[in-house]
Amino acid sequence: MPGINLHGMWAIYRTEMQRAFRTVWQSIATPVITTALYFVVFGAAIGSHMQQMGGVDYGAFIVPGLMMLTILTQSISNASIAIYFPKFTGTISEILSAPLSAFEAVIAYVGAAATKSVIIGLIILLTATFFVKIEILHPVWMVAFLLITSIAFSLFGFIIGIWAKSFEQLAIIPSLVVTPLTFLGGAFYSIEMLSQPWRTISLFNPVVYLISGFRWSFHGVGDVSVAASLAFMAGFIALCLAVLWCMFRTGYRLKS
Amino acid sequence: MSTEPTTPILSVAGVEKRYASGLTALAGVDLEVRRGEIFALLGPNGAGKTTLISIICGTVTMTAGTIRVDGHDIVKDYRRTRSAIGLVPQEIAVDIFATVWNTVRFSRGLFGCAPNPAYIESLLRDLSLWDKRDSKITELSGGMKRRVMIAKALSHEPTLLFLDEPTAGVDVNLRRDMWAVVRRLRERGVTIVLTTHYLEEAEEMADRVGVIDKGRILLVEDTADLMDKMGKRRVTLALQTPMTAIPPELAGWPLELLSDGQRLRYSFDTHAEGTGIAALLKRLGELGIDFTDLDTERSSLEDIFISLVERA
Ligand SMILES: Nc1ncnc2c1ncn2[C@@H]1O[C@H](COP(=O)(O)OP(=O)(O)OP(=O)(O)O)[C@@H](O)[C@H]1O
Ligand SMILES: [Mg+2]
Repeated sequence: MPGINLHGMWAIYRTEMQRAFRTVWQSIATPVITTALYFVVFGAAIGSHMQQMGGVDYGAFIVPGLMMLTILTQSISNASIAIYFPKFTGTISEILSAPLSAFEAVIAYVGAAATKSVIIGLIILLTATFFVKIEILHPVWMVAFLLITSIAFSLFGFIIGIWAKSFEQLAIIPSLVVTPLTFLGGAFYSIEMLSQPWRTISLFNPVVYLISGFRWSFHGVGDVSVAASLAFMAGFIALCLAVLWCMFRTGYRLKS
Repeated sequence: MSTEPTTPILSVAGVEKRYASGLTALAGVDLEVRRGEIFALLGPNGAGKTTLISIICGTVTMTAGTIRVDGHDIVKDYRRTRSAIGLVPQEIAVDIFATVWNTVRFSRGLFGCAPNPAYIESLLRDLSLWDKRDSKITELSGGMKRRVMIAKALSHEPTLLFLDEPTAGVDVNLRRDMWAVVRRLRERGVTIVLTTHYLEEAEEMADRVGVIDKGRILLVEDTADLMDKMGKRRVTLALQTPMTAIPPELAGWPLELLSDGQRLRYSFDTHAEGTGIAALLKRLGELGIDFTDLDTERSSLEDIFISLVERA
């Protein structure tokens, strides 16, 4: 008996990816249209009145923030629905009765959700190139940040999906917490532009660290240091894993 | 040690379950199921059958006790025990957007088996699902969905199969198909544990039956022995001339008058020595009581079950 149920993980991953491919046009059209809209509103309408920001065009400046905004919300909603829906329909019992460790299930579900986010992030990047000229100074770091953020927030979404008891609860954290934090976290501006005390207060917003690190990988400048961004991400992932570990140990809201 | 043929395929010891609501669903269950048998777990609604099965399969946690499948602890060695188990749950739950083929293939993978399209094809053919392989689950009837649940449970070739009320709301054809599948599985050495409310089914299919009520096992017995031991037989005579009372000459016999005195019923234990029918008939002849018809019947598992549960 092998120690890892690879077939089981693959079965979940594949099924989750198939779900996205069933609605492939919807999956692609949504980020493309949203991105185009942001460029029309922020890039063209506002950007034409703005000077350069941090040495780059405003249009190019907002690309990392825009990608982050979508990746955060998509990761959370994909991963939370992936686990909430089986809970809701009862198909979760098949997963619970399978020879699959909780950790393997997390890897499969979170892996699939993160994959979708990365793909959507790249679609946004591609769409953006039709509007502005984009240079990526540190492409390897860019990919690394993209991956880490997708994984971290898919983990977070997975936790929300386990915790939620209704569709309302499922939607509440993304719309009430994550989206505001992203808008206030410098997705469309540099927090350097803020006056005190707002600049200091912003440093307590975790999303600032994500966007700043990601922006640095594009343009070589960020609001906070890259080390701080990485440390934040590592801490966030560790926290999510710890919460999940506790949840699975007690069978929290999954097993009676 | 685990491969010794004497090791029970399933052994449940001191299992208790108290739900978060405070309700005690299992109050100390001990049970052994033998390799290769068909075991029927019978009990009224809410007796704890589904709870026990869910604990063995890993979807519900137990409050106390130990369970071994083929000698392996279901908690410590869950990978091994769960790979060996197939479950057809009482409630149909299946990804309604998936196709029949995909959902069965998914289950096989989930349970750690390499893909085997030929096996899945034979499974779907056995369950008359082959024509529906590309249909979405939403497009299937309730009975077909149940067949899909069976195909999913068998997708990883389990050696211990749980059928939790597989025939509830199922038509005659599906029931017949299903029992054919069960018999074939048994021939291949698969152990089957089933629950059902159709007691004639248990009587016909099961090698042994266990009766559970209020979270306790009341009895476990060979089906045939149980019928022998607890079963009653009775002879009913249609009388030529109705009686108003049983004649005093027959006072020593366990007789009842039925249908306004038109019929006389004589009940006796199956295992009693000498049934006394011959003596009774002779006595009736001597008393000049004539009858036009004679009917014998055995009490069913259902009667036994009801008397057991009522007594508890
Ligand atoms: N998740 C749960 N939380 C609380 N109580 C539960 C839960 N599931 C079952 N019960 C209770 O546990 C008891 C046993 O239920 P169970 O489903 O095991 O019965 P059963 O023998 O399968 O009945 P049936 O023949 O109706 O299927 C019942 O009183 C039921 O109400
Ligand atoms: Mg039940």
